This record gives sequence, C-alpha cells and structure tokens, in this order.
Amino acid sequence: MEPIERINDFVIRFANVNGSGSASANNLFARALFRMGIPVTPKNIFPSNIQGLPTWYEVRVNDRGYLGRRGGTDMMVATNGQTLVQDYNELLPGGYFLYDSTRPLFDECDRDDIIEIGIPLTQLCNDAFTNPKLRQLLKNIIYVGALAHLLDLEFTVLTDSIGQQFAKKPKLAEPNIQALEIGREYARKHFPDTCRLSVARRENLLKDSILVDGNSATALGALYSGATVAGWYPITPSTSVIESFERFSNSYRIDENGQKKVAIIQAEDELAALGMAIGASWNGARAFTATSGPGISLMAEFLGLAYFAEVPVVVVDVQRTGPSTGMPTRTQQSDLIAAAYASHGDTKNILLIPSDPAECFELTADAFDLAERLQTPVLVMTDLDLGMNDHVSRPFSWDDRREYDRGKVLDAKELEEFELNRQRWGRYLDVDGDGICYRTIPGTHPTRGAYFTRGSSHDEYAAYSEDSGAYQRAMERLNRKWQTAKPMLPEPRIKIRRPTGQPGNRVGAIFFGTTAHSAYEAIDRLEAEDIVIDSMRLRSFPYPQSAVDFIDQHDLVFVIEQNRDAQMRTLLMTECGFQPEKLVSILNFDGKPITANFITERLKAELTARSSMDRTPHLATGGTV
Amino acid sequence: MSYTRPTFRHPEQQKNSKGYHRRDYEGAISTLCAGCGHDSISNAIVQACFEMAIEPHRVAKLSGIGCSSKTPAYFLGKSHGFNSVHGRMPSIATGANMANRELLYIGVSGDGDTASIGMGQFAHALRRNLNMNYICMNNGCYGLTKGQDSATADKGSAGKKGKPNPFESIDLCEIAIQLGASFVARSFSGDKLQLVPLIKAAISHNGLAFLDVISPCVTFNNTDRSTKSYQYVREHSEATGTFDFIPLQREILTRYEEGATQTVVMHDGSTLLLEKLEKEFDVTDQRRSVDKLEEAKERGRLLTGVIYVNPNSSDTHDIIGTTSRPLNSLDREDLCPGNEALQKINNSLR
Repeated sequence: MEPIERINDFVIRFANVNGSGSASANNLFARALFRMGIPVTPKNIFPSNIQGLPTWYEVRVNDRGYLGRRGGTDMMVATNGQTLVQDYNELLPGGYFLYDSTRPLFDECDRDDIIEIGIPLTQLCNDAFTNPKLRQLLKNIIYVGALAHLLDLEFTVLTDSIGQQFAKKPKLAEPNIQALEIGREYARKHFPDTCRLSVARRENLLKDSILVDGNSATALGALYSGATVAGWYPITPSTSVIESFERFSNSYRIDENGQKKVAIIQAEDELAALGMAIGASWNGARAFTATSGPGISLMAEFLGLAYFAEVPVVVVDVQRTGPSTGMPTRTQQSDLIAAAYASHGDTKNILLIPSDPAECFELTADAFDLAERLQTPVLVMTDLDLGMNDHVSRPFSWDDRREYDRGKVLDAKELEEFELNRQRWGRYLDVDGDGICYRTIPGTHPTRGAYFTRGSSHDEYAAYSEDSGAYQRAMERLNRKWQTAKPMLPEPRIKIRRPTGQPGNRVGAIFFGTTAHSAYEAIDRLEAEDIVIDSMRLRSFPYPQSAVDFIDQHDLVFVIEQNRDAQMRTLLMTECGFQPEKLVSILNFDGKPITANFITERLKAELTARSSMDRTPHLATGGTV
Repeated sequence: MSYTRPTFRHPEQQKNSKGYHRRDYEGAISTLCAGCGHDSISNAIVQACFEMAIEPHRVAKLSGIGCSSKTPAYFLGKSHGFNSVHGRMPSIATGANMANRELLYIGVSGDGDTASIGMGQFAHALRRNLNMNYICMNNGCYGLTKGQDSATADKGSAGKKGKPNPFESIDLCEIAIQLGASFVARSFSGDKLQLVPLIKAAISHNGLAFLDVISPCVTFNNTDRSTKSYQYVREHSEATGTFDFIPLQREILTRYEEGATQTVVMHDGSTLLLEKLEKEFDVTDQRRSVDKLEEAKERGRLLTGVIYVNPNSSDTHDIIGTTSRPLNSLDREDLCPGNEALQKINNSLR
C-alpha cells in the first residue's frame, strides 16, 4: 500500500483523554494552519464528561475550501490507550499512525497497510520537565512539534502563537516552545522523510476570513442588535452563547460609572429563563435566551404564551442529539418540529437557520428585528457543530447606519395621534390589515395605552373573552401575520447548475445549517461525474415563495438532514403540501457532523436505484446517457 | 358577582397629592364569587396606591394563573398588566423589572400558583431580592378547579369536600424569610386596617416584599373545619403589633408607650412605626422572626403583621450592578459598539 501523499488536503484526527490539556495543543495546531492561509476545520468530538473519557479532535485541511467533514482519517495522533485499537483500525489504508512509543503498541495493532510513527512522548516529556502538571500539558505540545516536522508546518507560526498566548506570562511560553522543539527534533531525527502529507502556505485562499465558533458569533449578534436582558440556564452546547455575551458586554456595555448596560440573569431553569426574556421584551427591552433541545421542551409553555399574547422574544437553540438527554455533546438537527410547533394548541414559530459564524451573527441580529416587527418568538436554530467548533468564516460586518426595527410600538405622542386620527386604540386591533397590531410599553402614557396581556382568549381590546367569534378572529389574524412574515424572512440560497432547456428530469437537493458544507462538496463531486444537482440551502421557517418555487421546478428533490425522522421534509410536506414521493430523504443521525463521503454515496445510490427501477437513466447521469 | 358598576360617586371625593381620585385606581368589575377575600385585597391595593399617590401608569401588575391571578384585572385599570402562565409570574416580573427598574411591580399569586407549581420561581425571586411586591392571596385551596387542597392547607384542615388534608402544609412566610426576602408580612383579607398600611410599607421597600394574605375561599374552604375560614382566622390571628406606616415627609403623630415601639426607616425615607405586643421582638432579626412564627403556631395562633424587615436590603439591580438608567430606555447609540469595534474583533480572530 502506497502511503497517502497530499498537500493541503487531508484529515488528521487527534485521539485524546478528556481533561488532559489536549484542547489547547490541538487548537494551537489548527490555528497555525489557519495562519498559514490554509482552509482548515477543526471539530471536537467530545464526551459529556470533565475528565477521563475519550475525546477526539478532527482537523480537515482543504485547499478548495471544502470544510464540512469529509469522512475517513489520513493521519491519527493516538494518545489515548482506551481507544488506541479502535483508532488504529479506523485509519485509512496508506495513512499515518502517530503514537506514544514510550510503551509498545498493543498486539492487536498489526496492519501492514499503514505507516506507524512512534514517538516516545511520555518519555521525552519526563526527561525534559519535572513539574507533574506541566508534564501532562507539554506532552501534547511535543506531538504538535513532531507534526511541525512531519507536515512541514512553519515553526515560527507555532512559536508566534505561543508567544501571543502567553504574552502576559512569558515564563510559561518558554517550556512550551522547548516542548515544540523536542518533538520536532525527535521526528526530524527518526522520521526524516516518512510522512508524505504536507501543508504549504497559501496567500490568496482565506483572504480576510476569521476563525471563530458559532456561539461567539451569535452572542455578538445579540450584542450588536441591542439585546439588554438575557435570562438563561446552563446547558451544553448553548452555554457559551451567554458566556460570550457576558464577556463582550464586559467590554462594550459598561457605562460612565462602571455599571452594566445589560442584565444577564442565570435562571433557576429554562422555564424561568424564557419567562425573564418575555417579561423584559414585554417591557420594551430587547431580550433573549439560549438553550438546547431539553430546554426547548421546557420552554414550550412560554413559547405558546408569547405566540398568543404576541410578545416578541428571541430564543437561540443550539441543537444537540436527542431525544431526552440523548448525547449532550454530540450534534444533530433534530429540534425543528419541536421548535416550529412548540406549545399546545395551534402554535407556529419562526425559525432562522444559519450555517456559518457570519450568518450566526447576521441572523441573530435580524432575529431581534423580526421578533419586534412580527411581535412573536423567533428561534435561531444552530447546532453543536456550528456553535462549539471553530469555523473559517467571512468576517463580521455591521452597517453603522442600520437602525433597530422596533416594530409597531406607540410612544405617548403616537398614541394620542392614533386615537385622534383613527379610533380607540386596541392592543389587538389589526389596523393595517397585515395581522400585526400596535403595542404599547408599560409606563408610556398617564391615561392611555394600558392593557392586560394574557394567554387566555382576548378580544381586540385585550379584554378576556370566551366569545367564539373574538377567539376565531384572533386566531385567523395570527395566521394573517404568519403570511406577512414569509417575505420578510431570509431567502434561501439557491444554486442552479443545470442549464435551462437541457432535457431530462431536474434533480434538486435541499439542506440547511451545518449540513450545507458537506452537501455542497458532495454535489460538486457528482457534478464532476456529470450528475447535475441543483441545490437550495434553506434559511428559515416558514418558507419564502422562492423555496416553494424551487421544489416545484424540480422533478425529484433530496432533503438532506441530520436527524432520523426527516423533520424538514415533514415541515415542507405539511406547510406546502408537497407529495411525499417527490421529497427523498438523506439522513445522518449518528451525532457526528454529516460527511461529504456519506452524502455522495447516498445520492449516488438513490439515483442509481431510481434509474434502474423506472428506466429513466437521466436521473443518475444528469441526462448525458 | 355584580354586572354593573354604580356610577354614583361621593360628591366630595378627595384627590391625592398627584391629583388622582380613588376611582382612578379601580379596575374592571370582579368576576370572583361574592364575598371572596381576594376582592378585599384588591380593594386594599387600590386604597394603598391611592393614599401613596402612586401614578397608575408607573405600575406594572403581574400574575400567574388561578382565582388570585385574575385580580389584577380588578384593580389599577390604568396600569399595564400581565396575566402569565401558572406559577411563572416571578420570572415575568424579573424580566420586566430588569428592563425598567423605575416602575412599581405588583405581583399577585395564589397558594397553588406560589407553593406548588410556582415554588421554584418563588424561591429564586426571593433569593435575588427582586424589587417587587409579591402578594400571595392564600386560601388553602384550588378554587377554579373546585376546591382541591393546596400545599398551604393545614394538616387536618377540611374544606367543602370534607376530607381533612393529610399532608404537612408549607408556611410561605418562613420560607420567604429563609430564602432571602427582605420584607415579609402576613395579613388577613378581612383586616383592612392592617392590610392597607402593610401594602404601603411594601411599596416603600427596596427589594422583595412578600405579603402572605390569608383570603378565605367562601365557596370551597369556608367550612367550620377549615383553618382558612373567615371565622377561624378571625379567632386565631395574633398580630405582631399594631403599626402605622408614615410616608416620607409626613409628621409622625402616633404616640406609643415607650419601650414597646420600634421604628424602621424604609428605603425611600418612609417610616414604619410598630407598637409591639412583645417588647423584645425585633422585626429586623431574621432568625427571631422565624422563631416567632413557629412559637405562634405551637400555641395554635396565626401570627400577622410585619414579621421581618431588612430596611437596608440590596435589590437585584444593586447586586448585579446594572446602570441606573432603565435598560429599555437605552438606544442604539448606547448599545451598539459599531463596525470599527467589530473590525477589531475580527482581527483578534485571525
């Protein structure tokens, strides 16, 4: 078996023990690649555990900018005895297995189609350092040093990063740099030309890109759009949304007296977290909460209240693997239906679905405008992969002329004019015919505009009512508002690859969120084989008309999702009435980010099965047969 | 219940110092049962706000679900109200208060809403010492679902269904003191003379003022075997003392016998003048207050009046250090760091 030989195109996986300090070494490695101008995606595949259980860090390097998971591992850095045999066996033929050779490999490890690179990490570390705590951390830095040699990683990029990291504690930089050198020297001496994977600096690929996690981006979106109240309850993988929001607030939201222009309250549970956000929004502040699936279940009651009483609120749902506690540290896109229809009775909620950090920033900022414009909950649906992993992203940008859209809120003067020009003000009076009514904030006017907000049925003037007519008018108006919302929501991103007029069935693929990265890669690969698939990346629920048109214009449409039950497909069928046969699911729900290999194989298999079944060869071949 | 409100008003009705009549503090007509204790409490709230000259539009009234939680519709009709979901009033109040620290927040809840489904939110609003009046209209039963025992029903007490409650009851005042409420009082819906000044003192307080008001349910829990009936409460209540609430800048006229009085200066400068039944009882002593409640219970008495006050308490805003300006008044200029700052953030991510 020939060793794999590639430049800037491989997958390297680090197998570590959770809590052993490997994260900072692995981050150092990934960021160094980024700083060499190379497109890189690191993904943590970690346990729900603080110390001791296995954890992996998978880094994909790809010059063409494909940054979803590819599938397969070209190089393994194995430092965890618990998973060593599994890691060994998972390596692709021709791959490289870097391990700690202080102890010999297990007998089970006897492949002859891979290249073993034994580096005595523990021994090298113990020989050089005496402090036990430092030893544990620096063992990881030693393998980064070894990789610098094996992969031709620019050494100064690593040492500069360490210098930056320890700018305030230069004494700590010294042993780190020493550890890097130890690893590099050992590898250089014992494995001078073993590894044929390498990296090379690129000048024009990344341009002004940034490397950032989605949760930080989401927090920045909330900061920029003027959120002042956050109620929250800690839950993986959403915790860092609020922690980042607090960190940014400490820098950008301090007044002249050192007091905070923000109130962040850690609630007693998710119910209270959303209750706080709703109370604050009702009272005229921009407010939000961040949670994950179990929190959405708990928040359902309050989401129904906000929907029916028409209180704007923003909820960030960083989805993880369900149902129930599920796999708390693994990713999934499986809260769609729960979020879209959260709460009993006829309830529908607006979902925004970003797929990279820049979009987390933008759509979170938009969510506050939409929530206030539409006076309803807006949920920003990210996932663990997007929220907690670093991603190469377009830089953030903010238009300083942008005004916050506070929606239909009457101040004292407007309230007086309203009643002067029109009629008696009523909180739920649909004056403009778009289903959106005018609201007032408590304390606005001494004699006008007070009303009673309630989750019980109410008439146009917010008075309690059990009159069927008043109830139905309210429910129908809410539906009218739902229609008003559709054109306001972010348009899907559509890519038509097939020249119009070309004969044969038109095949499309729909995906959203983090699935997009691997899906685009798979579709590109198929195009190279003359299988042409148009694509649509959805960014919202409900769907703008263009999304419906896309499906109408295609004969067969794949819906690629990361859940078991094809939730987006269900929503498409339910809301738009598409026939089940037309929407074909491709589903990954193993808790790990979906791979391009998986999507490519599934698309091919589905198309091949169809063409042999109904003898329409153009499906599988894009019409070229 | 009445269906129409009489239009007749006393011709010499007085205005308060802000120019409002008492009727400006009234709400819609109550739909509760005739004789319901809750209506008396609503009236006491109206009276207290009128006498304190609170501007109605500077009040937000909030509630959960249940008979008690309907009452905000029946007082302060010119104030914004929020009838939320069962047991969740404290979180709505917390968010509202965070958004605007300048309004007066009156939260109304019941014993089911507070001591059962809402126990968690009640406990944590207390811990954070949210600046609000939390009034629990406590009748020991679930009225809207026709008389089931609630968690504050005393063990052995029986309502209309006739079966004595077999479980221990929760004493909300004791819990409130232990969890950090900075003003705790108990009263009786039938004792307006005590209730009105208590609400006024609660309004003056900075922090969470909890009022547990025993409020008999005339329909389901006013039996001779109930410990929350009008008769039982009248016969068994025992006040910590009689007291006056003297708003700021009003001369103290009441004179009590020396040694038996305690003066507590409230956050806004108002004074609480207490004539105590027991000389050594100190209402600012948290531990003694819990003891007093327990001692009264041992004697089969229901202790009412001010039970605990911490006049120097810090509310949630003080604790977390928010700006003195209401957060809902901050605009884009105050809140958005702008694109230049964002480009610096971008640079830190390269």
